[in-house]
Amino acid sequence: MANQINLQGNQACALGAIAAGCTFYAGYPITPSSEVAEAMSRELPKVGGTFIQMEDEIASMGAVVGASMGGLKAMTATSGPGFSLKQENLGYACGAEIPCVIINVMRGGPSTGMPTRPAQGDIMQARWGTHGDHPIIVLTPASVAECYTETIRAFELTERLRVPVIVLIDEVIGHLVETVDLDALQPEKLVERTFATGSKDGFEPYAVTDDMIPPFPRPGDGFRSHTTGLTHLPSGFPTQNPAKAEAALVRTTDKLDLHADLIASNELVQTKDADLLIVALGISARAAQQAVTDLRADGIKAGLFRPKTLWPFPESDLKACVNGAKAILVPEMNQGQMILEIERLMARDLPVIGLNKIDGEAITPAEIVAKVNEVLS
Amino acid sequence: MKDAVETPLNEAEFHINDYIRLEQMPHFLCPGCGHGIALRALLWAVHELGIDKDKLAIVSGIGCSGRLSAYIDANTFHTTHGRPLAYATGLALARPDLHVIVITGDGDSLAIGGNHLIHACRRNLNLTCMMLNNEIYGMTGGQVSPTTSPDRYTTTTPAGNTEPVFDACALATAAGAGFVGREVTMQVTGLKNLMRDAIQHDGFSFVEVISDCTEIYGRKNDLGNSPEMILSQKSQMRPDAYRNTVDVPFRPNALTCGVLTKTDRPEYGKAYRDMTARLRGEGK
Ligand SMILES: Cc1ncc(C[n+]2csc(CCOP(=O)(O)OP(=O)(O)O)c2C)c(N)n1
Ligand code: SF4
Ligand SMILES: [Mg+2]
Repeated sequence: MANQINLQGNQACALGAIAAGCTFYAGYPITPSSEVAEAMSRELPKVGGTFIQMEDEIASMGAVVGASMGGLKAMTATSGPGFSLKQENLGYACGAEIPCVIINVMRGGPSTGMPTRPAQGDIMQARWGTHGDHPIIVLTPASVAECYTETIRAFELTERLRVPVIVLIDEVIGHLVETVDLDALQPEKLVERTFATGSKDGFEPYAVTDDMIPPFPRPGDGFRSHTTGLTHLPSGFPTQNPAKAEAALVRTTDKLDLHADLIASNELVQTKDADLLIVALGISARAAQQAVTDLRADGIKAGLFRPKTLWPFPESDLKACVNGAKAILVPEMNQGQMILEIERLMARDLPVIGLNKIDGEAITPAEIVAKVNEVLS
Repeated sequence: MKDAVETPLNEAEFHINDYIRLEQMPHFLCPGCGHGIALRALLWAVHELGIDKDKLAIVSGIGCSGRLSAYIDANTFHTTHGRPLAYATGLALARPDLHVIVITGDGDSLAIGGNHLIHACRRNLNLTCMMLNNEIYGMTGGQVSPTTSPDRYTTTTPAGNTEPVFDACALATAAGAGFVGREVTMQVTGLKNLMRDAIQHDGFSFVEVISDCTEIYGRKNDLGNSPEMILSQKSQMRPDAYRNTVDVPFRPNALTCGVLTKTDRPEYGKAYRDMTARLRGEGK
């Protein structure tokens, strides 16, 4: 039975979170992400969950990590300056392996920038915003339906892998209204965190297991373990022993390599015979998709590679779909961020060209078509 | 934990080893550090209240004070500098079945975490916050803090402190905390009783422990060793009926110890849960 409704991207993130079993939200208002908080304040009480508007983004991120430490599926949402403020406590979640989901709706920056205008300037911050080497997963929906399904996937990945997941959308996707059929988008089965069970004697909260994902000791279940942002041993207590410190840090990043197949997700549009490959995400990928259609109508074989998982970057998937392409075009609403990764991977094989826009307007299909024609001539 | 008030106290003798992680010994505190006495008083209070260690959650910030969580045999969370109240807010809302106790320092909760402290006081979620005030940033080697006394030397006030100090208890009361108290570490029984009442209070409770950083603050300001420091702290306090011993002369301008504020306000977690139950009941 179809249940067609008109829904906004931000609201779809909130409804996706509820569908994924999220029962805790803490946030602080900021344009263009506030609708996520507003929707969560309405929806969470209905499922017996908790919404709280904290005193700032630092506190919101702390409260989300705190609720998740208590065993709940927890989320926050923010934009621009708020994303900057969340970084320290996000880093704590990366280090202590506390599941959480952060929706970041990108607006023009730096600083207060252009609060109501779209941008894609947080691509690098989403990967490297908190200090130190750390594991993180970043998903990039490009439609309202995907805001829903990718937020569900964000919860699946964070709960399963104990790695914070950022859902990175631009203001256009966040405020876009599209018709979706939510019934058709329901998850088959909810993914739940593996909680520690069994013997309490000698229990190690960060034990090295085959899947590198230690079972989570839920407070109240009798494990009485210690959680810290200090580099820690499998026992959970701090260490400065060089070999042990390195092993502890390496496990958290190796974990992502081990589960790379579970994490990676891309959309390929006519890449098989593409002479020109476009790599784009979010609203820029929507424009690129139209550009591919328009270019093909003119006899130009263009294709699109759209990473739905931006970080860890789907390196092998991109390489596998380059085939006979003569150049790669990377349109993005920043001064060249994702292109750095594409250049790192591909620049030895073929030219990688950027199309950048930072004026607060989305990139149009016509601009991409014009750039492709320029590149091919 | 409202009905805890009626629960009779655990009469069994208190043995600190039942509440600490012996395998984490030796602890890292300097000899004479007041933080250890505060830890003992807290655990004694937990013992008297008969709190199940499985249901005890200790959330600490960063500092020498923050390090105490690692020594407690409970669910312990050593969080980020200044933010333990934010983490504890999430944890206490998520898990109303837990006793959530925050251990923080003067720098942790009055400087970097000041905003979280005043909002925790205002919100009145069922949490206990124990602030160890040693008038200094101990962990980072002795820089000035918002409670460093006038003229005192620290590594960042080489000519003596020129900044005014915060009165943490007045701040907490003004911000709406329902239970506010203060005690010196010399009065370990009084501190235990105060912590006990704070934990039993239904809502947000704030306790300032006048602690001493012997090794850095004491040394730099010629305040003597631990015995001299805690004796002089005690003598600067106004005695109070709350104390077991009332043996110091009355001083009009001194800080007051004991319970300074006690008012009953609606506990936030319950208020929120009542609201959501009402919404669901109405089928909204
Ligand atoms: C964001 C951040 N800023 C600064 C620090 C460094 N730092 C660690 S502990 C501390 C001060 C601790 O002082 P206090 O809270 O009074 O605790 P004490 O050590 O005196 O018990 C500071 C500034 C930090 N860890 N994190
Ligand atoms: S530095 Fe000061 S506060 Fe820290 S453990 Fe030593 S005496 Fe205590
Ligand atoms: Mg201090």
